[in-house]
Amino acid sequence: MHNLTPFSGLIGGALIGLATALLMLLTGRIAGISGIFGGLLTRTTGDAGWRIAFIAGLIAAPLLATLAGRPLPTPIMPASFIMIAIAGLLVGIGTRMGSGCTSGHGVCGIARLSTRSLTATAIFMITAIVTVAIVRHGLGG
Amino acid sequence: MLILTSFGCGLLFGAGLLISGMTQPDKVLGFLDLFGAWDATLAFVMAGAVAVTAAGFALARQRGGPMLAEKLQWPTRRDIDAPLVAGAILFGIGWGLIGLCPGPALVNLAGLSLPVIVFVIAMAAGMIGHDLWRTRRAPAPVQAPLRADG
Repeated sequence: MHNLTPFSGLIGGALIGLATALLMLLTGRIAGISGIFGGLLTRTTGDAGWRIAFIAGLIAAPLLATLAGRPLPTPIMPASFIMIAIAGLLVGIGTRMGSGCTSGHGVCGIARLSTRSLTATAIFMITAIVTVAIVRHGLGG
Repeated sequence: MLILTSFGCGLLFGAGLLISGMTQPDKVLGFLDLFGAWDATLAFVMAGAVAVTAAGFALARQRGGPMLAEKLQWPTRRDIDAPLVAGAILFGIGWGLIGLCPGPALVNLAGLSLPVIVFVIAMAAGMIGHDLWRTRRAPAPVQAPLRADG
């Protein structure tokens, strides 16, 4: 547990919650990132403006943070581009098929006590834990 | 005003992801790795996010309508069907492989690193591909609006 950062986790989480609450209170929309992004790409809804604006806000956050002296995020990613592409494809297909991701099902759905979202969240959490166990520790360790 | 508000909410959401550390795949994988040096941070992020969201949603229900739009667009589906389960499994595998889900992936685009760009393009291709496959497989007369939960 030496990497645990509970306070920044709680504060950051509360900000995510505040953004999600404000989006509903002000615009009546659910802050599910895969839904916002996917709806923009697949043009099923015809309301691109607010989707583009929300995503622009997401990308602007680290850019504005550089003004406060924080470096741009440099995520640690695996070397294999094939692995990265496979993971991206699975995340894209899966969130579209399952109608949501960590924000839509995880945060919004659990906050609404939706059984559908609780089920989805439990399944993708368990699947991700199993995937990490296999990738990092091999089958059966 | 709707556009400006959405931008502001995206900005706040992105700031939350950055501060919480969830834009770092190794923090996320540290939570998902129960058999390694377990990092419980993601649970604190979820707890903070769910608590504030639940309070905000309760307030929204009480008010009855949003301030800048006509109505509150709550997800309407309650059924647990095969696509929900299959989709969650596929998403879980992809998430577990790299430690990136859609929100952090988009925030990380700001750094313009090639691995993140490849991930987001593949994710977009997966979303478009899935929807094309679904409409071709079942040319449904009713294209349910806002079917997504999130």
